[in-house]
Amino acid sequence: MNVAGTALSLGALSVLLAGMVHVPAGDYLPIRGMGGQRMHVAAFEMDAHAVTRGDYLAFVKTHAEWQRGKVDPKHADATYLAEWRGALEPGDAMDLRHPVTSVSWFAASAYCEAQGKRLPTTDEWEYVAAASDVSRDASQDQLFQSRLLGMYASRSTSAIAPIGRGFRNVYGIEGLHGSTWEWTRDFKPAEMTNCAGAAMGASDATNYPALLREAFRSALTERSTARMLGFRCAANAPA
Amino acid sequence: MSPNNSNQSALPKYRTIIIAVALIVGIPLGIQACNQASTRDEGRRVIQIRQPSENISGQEVAVLTQAPNVPPPITRNHPTRVIVNLDVVEKTVRLADSVEYAAWTFGGSVPGNFIRVREGDLVELHMKNEASSTMPHNIDLHGVTGPGGGAKISLTLPGHESVFTFSAMNPGLFVYHCAMSPVPMHIANGMYGMILVEPKEGLPKVDKEFYVMQSEFYTKGKYGAHGLQTLDMDKGVDERPTYVVFNGGVGAVTGDGALKAKVGDRIRMFVGNAGPNLTSSFHVIGQIFENVYGEGGSTNAEHNVQTTLIPSGGSAVVEFGATVPGDFILVDHAIFRAFNKGTLGILTVTGPENKKIIESIQSGVAAPPAK
Repeated sequence: MNVAGTALSLGALSVLLAGMVHVPAGDYLPIRGMGGQRMHVAAFEMDAHAVTRGDYLAFVKTHAEWQRGKVDPKHADATYLAEWRGALEPGDAMDLRHPVTSVSWFAASAYCEAQGKRLPTTDEWEYVAAASDVSRDASQDQLFQSRLLGMYASRSTSAIAPIGRGFRNVYGIEGLHGSTWEWTRDFKPAEMTNCAGAAMGASDATNYPALLREAFRSALTERSTARMLGFRCAANAPA
Repeated sequence: MSPNNSNQSALPKYRTIIIAVALIVGIPLGIQACNQASTRDEGRRVIQIRQPSENISGQEVAVLTQAPNVPPPITRNHPTRVIVNLDVVEKTVRLADSVEYAAWTFGGSVPGNFIRVREGDLVELHMKNEASSTMPHNIDLHGVTGPGGGAKISLTLPGHESVFTFSAMNPGLFVYHCAMSPVPMHIANGMYGMILVEPKEGLPKVDKEFYVMQSEFYTKGKYGAHGLQTLDMDKGVDERPTYVVFNGGVGAVTGDGALKAKVGDRIRMFVGNAGPNLTSSFHVIGQIFENVYGEGGSTNAEHNVQTTLIPSGGSAVVEFGATVPGDFILVDHAIFRAFNKGTLGILTVTGPENKKIIESIQSGVAAPPAK
């Protein structure tokens, strides 16, 4: 397929060519729904970084129906792109490098589709999120989980950071745990709970980072937008 | 032995007769006895299936306060619609000198705003989660009858708002807290406060009311370690708090934050315990509680209490009179917590001395051993 593939690893090549990283097949332990069984995840491609305001600006320029003010209220709630100065003004040059946030699931899906991509599934996202900088599965690495929890807990004390500065995991995927939460294709947990019941039935009740991510997703509808919620795209691995 | 044995063999017959007679005579007596007991025992009452007030009239916006302040007593003599605006704010709070905590709050402070309504009121709670928040939040008020204490219908994303109503049917002092998953983290991060549902007949008038809430913090750094702290999961699970404090921080109820009263004041403290793990042994050094409404209830008081237990997620109303001037120290009498983890507060009473109550004859004068 790729001539250069013989010289470079496929992952590194993907980063160079399309801003995507190849994620090999594997498995992980979902926080819920598998009765403690690990879930197989097929190989796929994932954006190395979150989609930026700059990326999204280019999209709404060519897809006017997704501009603020024009978007169908059925597809995004009232805070859609609320931080932008205008429909085509995401902010200054620095803001263009920030993850785009306050976009709905409909909008994020449309963006990815326009790139010939799709949103990652929750399993794909969580599978990649289980990786530390040295291990593909750091879900039982207490130090790493503690570090993640600290990152999440201190989010409220720092501004959203430009892409590229966040934590980079062993796949070379950056910013999954940085400033923002991210949409997934099937964000609603199968057993949607949001109260005390949430800890019951969790495969690992001490995995607070995973519980927090699940809790955030559980509060969403397809129209929801929030300042701390962005996204990145994925794609099936080439056959 | 043998005569006894023969007697014993005959006993069952007599027993049967005795039991039968006892039953025939005793049943009516027993019923009578039960009736007498139920009228005598004022603490026991029939379980009520409570109903909301039907004659709600008017509307008002609740005055909310930050600890140690309490909203003014309710003078209304009828139920009304009370609008409560409680914002969720994620912000850095002071935990101790040079120690900050990345907290999640109700109303911008730890503990959260104090809400005061009247038994029978219809409360319309508006919960706005600030756009800058990182998490969805909700609220479980222990004064609410309904699934999750309101948590289910108050799930709110950052930048969004939920509104729901509930009937404040049971009087008492109730804890509220966030119940979003993972619940322990939301509580450990500061999401709690209290709501007082005043009984219809009101509370006896006092001169000073205070709001004091105990809670624990589990930080990555040791006690006193400078800088911004966040939750240490392991310490939380192990129930090894780094800090145990009144009103959100070490020293929050001392210095400028000390409670102030005068000799002759009748004092009421609304004391809550947010946990998330520990039970409080609440005590005020140098005072005896005249009345303790245990568990935050509104009718039965214990009297002349030295130390009262306040469970996690529970409360107590304590009342006493200020008789002499001085500093009276609020503590969790599980005393290492007070002196090494932060549960120290001060009530400063000013006014004239009363040497008939307490007087020094000699203080610490050298007492040589008798020869």
